[in-house]
Amino acid sequence: MSAGVPSVGDRIVHKEFPPITRHRLALYCGASGDHNPIHVDIDFAKAAGFPDVFAHGMLVMGYLGQALTDAVAPSKIRSFSTRFAAITQLGAQLTCEGTVTELIEQGGEKRAKLALTTKDQNGEIKLAGEAIIAL
Amino acid sequence: MVDQSAVGREFTPVTARVEPGRLRFFLDTLGETNPVYRDGEAAPVPPTYLFCLEMMDATVPFEFLTALGIDLARVLHGEQRFDYHAPVVVGDTLTFRPRVTGVTDKKGGAMTLIVVDTPVTNQNGVHVADVSRTIVVRNARPS
Repeated sequence: MSAGVPSVGDRIVHKEFPPITRHRLALYCGASGDHNPIHVDIDFAKAAGFPDVFAHGMLVMGYLGQALTDAVAPSKIRSFSTRFAAITQLGAQLTCEGTVTELIEQGGEKRAKLALTTKDQNGEIKLAGEAIIAL
Repeated sequence: MVDQSAVGREFTPVTARVEPGRLRFFLDTLGETNPVYRDGEAAPVPPTYLFCLEMMDATVPFEFLTALGIDLARVLHGEQRFDYHAPVVVGDTLTFRPRVTGVTDKKGGAMTLIVVDTPVTNQNGVHVADVSRTIVVRNARPS
């Protein structure tokens, strides 16, 4: 944290990302080792009952992690978790945010609990998560 | 359908090295420009990268799905959690030991949630993290 100890209610994480393209999904398939064809092969996705390919949940969580470590040094993160609330479609423009919900003492150090969300351009929540960071 | 008998099932441990070139590909893919990750030796890895390392270096891709008889096309990612206990940096060699810790039916059996917990240790035997994923299986309707 660069700006000292945060207060409950402070929004310390905020980042917007460019629209998700098929190209990005192909790159993520290779870069992440997640070769599930449902994210890159439209024929496979349709056979599985989806109208098109869709983003890897972990790509979206990767963006949320990026937004988090823009605000907090990676070495300060004690836990990071999320629920994948909805499928993230092609073209989605994601906004990641994190707000301090609690200041705690845990494991012999002062920590903060953050509520994290990722929403698309329509305000639909894609990820709802939490992080615990050392202060 | 996967049932309680799956709880406790363990899968082949995965050993993965944090290689700078592969990490750079991941960073570029996410448009990650934070200099902390490009610090050369001893650069930390991004918070979700442990999940990728396990998949990249698995000798049997999607082993737990195959082992439990789950069709890849019916799987969605439900939840993901990381608990970090010690730093993971470029050059580390990590071992992942995945194990099923929970099976829950939802919506009258239309979906099954499967929890796989994976402790991660480094080349010095230090327990660096715990990774937990919850998979949602969309079960086929009986015909």
